[in-house]
Amino acid sequence: MAGLAPESGGGAFSASSNAAFKKQLNKIYAWYTGGFIAFVIVLAIMEQMGLPRNWIGYIFLGATVLLYAGIGVMSRTNDASEYYVAGRRVPAVYNGMATGSDWMSAASFIGMAGTLYLTGYGGLAFIMGWTGGYCLVALFLAPYLRKFGQFTIPDFLGARYDGNLPRLLGILAAIICSFVYVVAQIYGVGLITTRLTGVPFELGIFLGLGGILVCSFLGGMRAVTWTQVAQYIILIIAYLIPVVWLSVKQTSFPIPQLVYGFQLEKVTAREAELMKDPKELEVIAVFKQRADDLGAKLKDVPAALAADKAAAEKKLADLKAANAPAADIAAAEKALAAVPKDEAAAKDAWTKAKAANEARARPLAGMPRHSQQFAGDPNGDEKARTAYDTSRRNFLALIFCLMVGTAALPHILMRYYTTPSVKEARESVTWSLFFIFLLYFTAPALAVLVKYEVFNVLVGTPFDQLPAWINQWAKVDPALLSIADVNKDGIFQLGEMRIGGDIIVLATPEIGGLPYVISGMVAAGGLAAALSTADGLLLTIANALSHDLYYKMIDPNASTGKRVMISKILLLVVALAAAYVAAQKPADILFLVSAAFSFAAAAFFPALALGIFWKRANKWGACVGMIGGFGITFYYMITTHPWLRSVFGVTSPVELWWGIAPISAGIFGVPVGIALIVIVSLLTPAPRKDIQELVDHVRYPTLRGDKA
Amino acid sequence: MQLTESHRQYWQKNLRITAVLLAIWFIVTFVVGYNARDLSFSFFGWPFSFWMGAQGSLVIYVLIIWFYANYMNKLDQEHGCAEEEEA
Repeated sequence: MAGLAPESGGGAFSASSNAAFKKQLNKIYAWYTGGFIAFVIVLAIMEQMGLPRNWIGYIFLGATVLLYAGIGVMSRTNDASEYYVAGRRVPAVYNGMATGSDWMSAASFIGMAGTLYLTGYGGLAFIMGWTGGYCLVALFLAPYLRKFGQFTIPDFLGARYDGNLPRLLGILAAIICSFVYVVAQIYGVGLITTRLTGVPFELGIFLGLGGILVCSFLGGMRAVTWTQVAQYIILIIAYLIPVVWLSVKQTSFPIPQLVYGFQLEKVTAREAELMKDPKELEVIAVFKQRADDLGAKLKDVPAALAADKAAAEKKLADLKAANAPAADIAAAEKALAAVPKDEAAAKDAWTKAKAANEARARPLAGMPRHSQQFAGDPNGDEKARTAYDTSRRNFLALIFCLMVGTAALPHILMRYYTTPSVKEARESVTWSLFFIFLLYFTAPALAVLVKYEVFNVLVGTPFDQLPAWINQWAKVDPALLSIADVNKDGIFQLGEMRIGGDIIVLATPEIGGLPYVISGMVAAGGLAAALSTADGLLLTIANALSHDLYYKMIDPNASTGKRVMISKILLLVVALAAAYVAAQKPADILFLVSAAFSFAAAAFFPALALGIFWKRANKWGACVGMIGGFGITFYYMITTHPWLRSVFGVTSPVELWWGIAPISAGIFGVPVGIALIVIVSLLTPAPRKDIQELVDHVRYPTLRGDKA
Repeated sequence: MQLTESHRQYWQKNLRITAVLLAIWFIVTFVVGYNARDLSFSFFGWPFSFWMGAQGSLVIYVLIIWFYANYMNKLDQEHGCAEEEEA
């Protein structure tokens, strides 16, 4: 891989040297892809010959992390242009691939198909939102930022809005969005490492962190870029193979994306059967009964608590008196200890349990019908109509926030600084979306095929004949998968399983009956997705601090070497801080990721887009707009989201605006941000002439009078 | 520096194509999304709006970006705004 470590230290490259560079890259990555496939085949053969499963896990984990580290070592650099923007000579196709894996995080790879499995049409908001945002990147930002040609997004804000205040606001917003996001990635790394090798969660986090750090620490953007390309290749192969296999198994046709419509028809038909199935209704009745019992207890908490305690004590006494086996007595003691301590605790626990039981006392285990658009009914009664309108409004609002957020996340926009020219930046967005598209239009197929498998193969199977993977996953974490024979008929019903979205993709190879080596490969793919995104995010944070805060604002005379050094040290500190937060397993991590989109959308998009398309936008407009947009988003979230309410101690009653869920708070922040920029800019003097010329400078790929 | 008439035309054309493509993007995403319930006729097995959300809109997004890149790269040439190869 000598081609990844060119002798030259940045600067201008001629077209012919760029073409030669690209050719060399093609060769390297073709060999690499072939090598990876051969590696998987060799492991598959070794598995047949009796290689134990946990060894396959270790080999996959070790080999891929070593590979990424190797690329990092080979691409090490201290040159500022190489460190921050990979020397600005990444060809469009490869920048597209790198952006693809930078973009596709643990949430895309592991979580999205699961969300689609659980929510059906509603989950398509993520598919559309996380792809359609690239239209905004292409039309509004990428080519112009490339022409601007600095290193970071706060750079642009600082130059366009003339001053350190907009730059500082940009730094703060970039750090908040990226840090929240990187915590989620490191959490994903811990989850996969634990599953793949069986090491404890905290150790898994730090193992994965090693892989991230070697890469971005040594080589900055250059190492991250070439690693991300390698990671994209692994993650896309790992995602496609199990789906193709399931498709061949169910439909004898190897392109699932073309044929899963017919599987969806069958799933829809089966849903209608299951909703009427007497055994399923039995399970629902059991859950309903449990919820009702809890409801009765909640009516008179002190009496119910006393009764519970007395019953548990009596059982223990009886068992002791009857000289029952030690195990039974221990269980009874445990049951006694589990009785809530006081009335407040009892009320809390029972309310939660009641809600949980009510959630499961619904048809199809609480999942909406897969192809049903929105809840409620536009032609039904008042309540159904409101439900329909609110559900539709939230669906569209979520798409909007995810799209605008996509076009404002600094770690993605930063990638377009690395192409050789504006022309290639435009093409590079096309390639980015194409590579992302490959995974995103497969995810809904995967969800439908897995659902078909669960509805038709699992449901109705006797409990003692269920496949082994169910018990294995239930052991990893009961929150991800738990089953119980609720109506005691010895047969598995859909309502008797609780499944978390996060295991659908990781378990797909086992659901489809593939050899374990494919499970290992999928886990390695998930790891690649999480690591590549974490790399990009850490780099964004470290650069915002070292380049924007330190170099541009504190010590403009710092030498290049010093800046890069500071960036590397900060990278280490931020990575450790993120790992520490992730090890606490913070609640609602998925919510926080989506919240990052709303924040980025409200804080960055109006200032960036207006900065390019409206010359009159000035410093004060941008500052007020960024603060206002971010502020309103933040305010709406902390007053409406249950977890944030408890964190910030908000006790006022929840007041939703037009029924919009907290996750889509950006729908208010973006228009407020735009309006504030326009109003305040018009009330204050127009920007100076040289700033207006800067706008012209970014609008035209070449303008006579430009510095060459 | 002074902008020429050709430069102004270039920017006008850029704004126009941006607006047109943005309108297509909006229709595909929000107009189809808003009327999803009514657009659920069967389309190769999928309800149409489900297919649009899962595949159709994605294909159109890729085409929008691809078209824009081509169009603008050509426009650069026509108006003398293209970057020189040996930058």
